[in-house]
Amino acid sequence: MAEDKRLMKGNEAIAEAAIRAGCTAYFGYPITPQNELTAYMAKHMLDHKRTFIQAESEVAAINMVYGAAAAGARSMTSSSSPGMSLKQEGISYCCGADLPCVLVNVARSGPGLGGISPGQADYFQSTRGGGHGDYFHLVLAPKSVQEAAELTYEAFDLADKWRMPVMILADGLIGQMMEGVNLPAQRDLATLPKKPWAAGGQAKDHRPINHVTSINLVPAELEASVKARFKRYDEIKAQEVRYEEVNVDKAELVLVGYGTGARVALGALEMAKKLGIEVGLLRPVTLWPFPEKRVAELAAKGKKFLAVEMSMGQMVEDVKLAAAGKAEVHFYGRCGGMIPTEEEVLAEIRRLLKK
Amino acid sequence: MELIYGHPKSLKPIQTKYCPGCGHGVIHRLICEVIDELGVQERSIITNPVGCSIWADLYFDFDSVQPPHGRTPAAATGVKRVHPDHLVICYQGDGDLAAIGTAEIIHAANRGEKFTTIFVNNAIYGMTGGQMAPTTLIGQKATTAPYGRDADEAGMGYPIQVCEMLATLGGTKYLARGSVNNAANVRKTKQYIKKAFEAQLRGEGFTMVEILSPCPTNWGMQPCEGQEWLEANMIPFYKLGEIKNALGGAEGGK
Repeated sequence: MAEDKRLMKGNEAIAEAAIRAGCTAYFGYPITPQNELTAYMAKHMLDHKRTFIQAESEVAAINMVYGAAAAGARSMTSSSSPGMSLKQEGISYCCGADLPCVLVNVARSGPGLGGISPGQADYFQSTRGGGHGDYFHLVLAPKSVQEAAELTYEAFDLADKWRMPVMILADGLIGQMMEGVNLPAQRDLATLPKKPWAAGGQAKDHRPINHVTSINLVPAELEASVKARFKRYDEIKAQEVRYEEVNVDKAELVLVGYGTGARVALGALEMAKKLGIEVGLLRPVTLWPFPEKRVAELAAKGKKFLAVEMSMGQMVEDVKLAAAGKAEVHFYGRCGGMIPTEEEVLAEIRRLLKK
Repeated sequence: MELIYGHPKSLKPIQTKYCPGCGHGVIHRLICEVIDELGVQERSIITNPVGCSIWADLYFDFDSVQPPHGRTPAAATGVKRVHPDHLVICYQGDGDLAAIGTAEIIHAANRGEKFTTIFVNNAIYGMTGGQMAPTTLIGQKATTAPYGRDADEAGMGYPIQVCEMLATLGGTKYLARGSVNNAANVRKTKQYIKKAFEAQLRGEGFTMVEILSPCPTNWGMQPCEGQEWLEANMIPFYKLGEIKNALGGAEGGK
């Protein structure tokens, strides 16, 4: 197939990839810095004769996703940090009802209204099950416009495979910047996975009725269903962990960063190399499940870690948990919409290595 | 022999958990009778509320979706957009619809979403044990209004007439208010439900039937007293009838 390469904003590439993945129902609400995504969907979903609704709130949007996903559609919503907080109730219900859907957070800085500049301070909320109850869902963190498109496309497959929401955790920089992107092929909707558990279409095969729900007032039954879900989480941890490594073998110090933070860390790594200082980079692509085994292996080999984030230090806690006291774990971050510079990270590397 | 009366096919033949004198059981039955008459059991989907009728999925013999409290119209929007040829019923109580879910019902109605809301108004929170609802009448007692609803001094606000409020919105095509306090009103309510379901299946806009329904347990009454209280207190304020009929063709109002 001929290459389909375009120059696009991250927000637009995510939207186009979702359409190509077979998203037939999108629900959004305006918020900066993800507005291009909603605007792109408004035009192109309607052009494809699919469902687009500008909802009355983020709360309504996630519940429209809940309904559409319960009815068997590939469904998506997108927002940015304050809006994602509002969606947490609905995300908990999606997880409790085992509904596949895709959630995009083009994160900004907080807390509260915060600012509209890029941030990575939603890591805890995204990776810990940000709403009420015991649950997790997949979280994928793209570092580029190309990867944002690829991960969004794949997120729909992962959501269907594991029957859970999959979150794309980008940030305002990934959403706003333009890069070349090779777009994936348009999915034929007829080939998408069948959903025999979904509501609707009973007349086709006269199956028993389906209830899509998260409620169970019998404690022993509810415990059993939560435990079954956690067994599935173990399978996901075994099968879906993804990360990228650069120069880890030669390095005494391994930088750990995701998304925009990883781009900065990579720049610092290259600057260090020019000075004859070998550092490595571990870039988690899945934030949940986190590549904890790999961190533990590297910790056992005596590597030190420096987490680089656009926050006051959130992912660094996962690095510490995985290192389990067997390695030094350091942190460098900026917040409030400030992005660490390569020079700042290099200075931190030199300070830690005394080089 | 011709069967002239029986249990509706789309209503499961089991005993409900509802209290004596509660209106939900009658309303469930009316919905199912209409579904059977329209022959759409296998293409009906109900979105359940949070409240006593959260049990609805035990009783209705067709697919169901259970969203969070108040978000039912948003979820029903998602369901109906995916299955436009299905009968989608958004079942809501007064706390669900007129308090926590006010934004969702107004905007679903205003978009003219082509599902039918069955709005059960019993002027009280049932499942949580008798708290004041947005539709609680002035002077009516509740656990959170122990001296009665006082709009002015205590600042508890006024009972909301939902049909009248939604009637101003362009997307609403049929808004009727019935009651299940006596046989005549039960029959009229069934006609409203049928008209609303038929309009939905024809693809007309938003339709809703509000149904005044007794909650003797939380009103602190015997079942028969509940029926009398509803008639004497709720019906004078919540007027019965078709509040708005903007349907096309022969079904249209004047």
